[in-house]
Amino acid sequence: MSTKKTEGLVDFAILSMKYKTKLTKKFENRVKYEAPNPDHILSYIPGTICEVFVKEGQKVKEGESLLILEAMKMRNQITMPRTGKVKSIKVSQGDRIPKNQLMVEIE
Amino acid sequence: MSLKKHILDLRKRKEQVEKGGGDRAIEKQAAMGKMTARERILALVDKDSFTEYDLFVEHTARDFGMDKKQLHGDGVIIGTGTIYGAPICIFAQDFTVAGGSLGLMHARKITKIMDHALKMRVPLIGINDSGGARIQEGVNSLAGYGEIFYRNTLASGVIPQLSVILGPCAGGAVYSPALTDFVFVVENISKMFITGPGVIESVLGEKISMEDLGGARVHAEITGNAHFFSDSETECFEQIKKLITFIPWNNGKKAKAFPPKPPKFKGKIEDIIPSDPKTPYDVRDVIRAIVDDSDFFEIQDLWAANIVIGFGRLNGETVGFVANQPLVLAGVLDCDSSDKAARFIRYCDAFNIPIITLEDMPGYLPGVDQEHAGVIRHGAKVLYAYSEATVPKVTVILRKAYGGGYIAMNSRHLGADFMFAWPMAEIAVMGPEGAANIIFKKDIDEAEDKDAMRALKVEEYKEKFANPYVAAAKGYIDSVIEPSETRELLLHAIEVSANKDDHRPAKKHGIPPF
Repeated sequence: MSTKKTEGLVDFAILSMKYKTKLTKKFENRVKYEAPNPDHILSYIPGTICEVFVKEGQKVKEGESLLILEAMKMRNQITMPRTGKVKSIKVSQGDRIPKNQLMVEIE
Repeated sequence: MSLKKHILDLRKRKEQVEKGGGDRAIEKQAAMGKMTARERILALVDKDSFTEYDLFVEHTARDFGMDKKQLHGDGVIIGTGTIYGAPICIFAQDFTVAGGSLGLMHARKITKIMDHALKMRVPLIGINDSGGARIQEGVNSLAGYGEIFYRNTLASGVIPQLSVILGPCAGGAVYSPALTDFVFVVENISKMFITGPGVIESVLGEKISMEDLGGARVHAEITGNAHFFSDSETECFEQIKKLITFIPWNNGKKAKAFPPKPPKFKGKIEDIIPSDPKTPYDVRDVIRAIVDDSDFFEIQDLWAANIVIGFGRLNGETVGFVANQPLVLAGVLDCDSSDKAARFIRYCDAFNIPIITLEDMPGYLPGVDQEHAGVIRHGAKVLYAYSEATVPKVTVILRKAYGGGYIAMNSRHLGADFMFAWPMAEIAVMGPEGAANIIFKKDIDEAEDKDAMRALKVEEYKEKFANPYVAAAKGYIDSVIEPSETRELLLHAIEVSANKDDHRPAKKHGIPPF
């Protein structure tokens, strides 16, 4: 951390006090919080889409399998969290996806 | 054979094995900008003090054509030596021999020197430069790692353990350094990771260089795995030698005392601190104004810089400093800084090093990321570490001590032996603005000129509570002191607590919020 006395000082509020201070890279790069959307089915682990069992517009019951996400040599069933309709499918067979990627939108 | 011939034969054998992987491998090592294992040991220990063991050890692998291969010393050098006269045990993996890969006998050599260090109660230094497990030796290689980890854990808190990463250190191999007290890394040379860039790319499709994934800077700045960062191996060895002067040989001893020296700092200590409590300063300047020879040896200076930790001397005796750093993130406690401070406090406590806490902190870092990252359980580590520590514990409140931060930073309530506060210290449940907004909400809301009323009430609160005298009146603070008295009072505190005898209830061990 460079320690030039005034370089990089910014206002930084803790409770109702505002301090002059420097920020760390980690603080500046932190991920801003977003409330989860219950209609979005995200990948909870990075992996590969093996099979997709449903089509857009299809009605699916709670607990039924939507697709298989293979990760760490395990075939993980991704199931419907509640009875509803598949609005759109954002992945297709063979896709390699990171964690927290939107896979299926439901309604 | 005559005796002379025997001696010549020994010399020839030694010469051969001491070459490690041979000239070509040594050239390759040099081309990577790295010293050889032997050069490293000789550069680190006192001249002519190194004595090697197990030079003639050979591997026992028989599969995959290994029976026809000779691996000198099985890729690791072990021995004893001294650093500034302090005895140490050392091992250095030799990358020129089969990439420093760890097989059964390689591991046996390491565990042998670890056992020796623990029995002799002297520090252990491990130089890591290894491609990882020797695949041809299969589960024997894994067994070797496990036996090393087990010994690291047994020795933890008994003898100082230092790990020096001077090459790749990947997969399971990283866990031995992670179990040790101090990890040293060197720019462009050190690499530490559990899964390498190749695996990450094949599994996740994420492309990253080895340096960006687990280079020296990453571990010194982002992960906090490393404690000391340097630009060259030579500089790294200087850091190790310096560290050895600050710490005792084992947990039954005190660190060696040096001749007392006054600080080089010649100004007024109060001039370092701006009068406006919202303006930052570098708390390390305050430490340098206090310690002998103004020599402060900082640890993990690049990671979680909102708290400063490190060693200095007072009247020649080693002390550990824990100080909030207003220059970075206003000196808040967050997950990383709590982790950093707590581990250091436990280190000092294990090795009989008094702890000096310099406090100037506004509280904990607010934010969803912090809460979800577990700032509760990380923050609890600081409370645990301070409460558990039985070494002399001294706190000086420089400027702000608000809320939970006041309690956490070695307060009287966690067992501080001496509590000093500078006269401008604000010891309160929160900053005056916040407190006035809550206590005088009605007055402020009902006032015609709300801002004027708020300012008035903030002043009123400041006068009444944002000072050290309320805490002093309860005996929570022992003395309100002039900043210029700080060094003298710290010397005194350390002197009178030389025979401190404090005990905790007998237990197998506590359950700290790891």
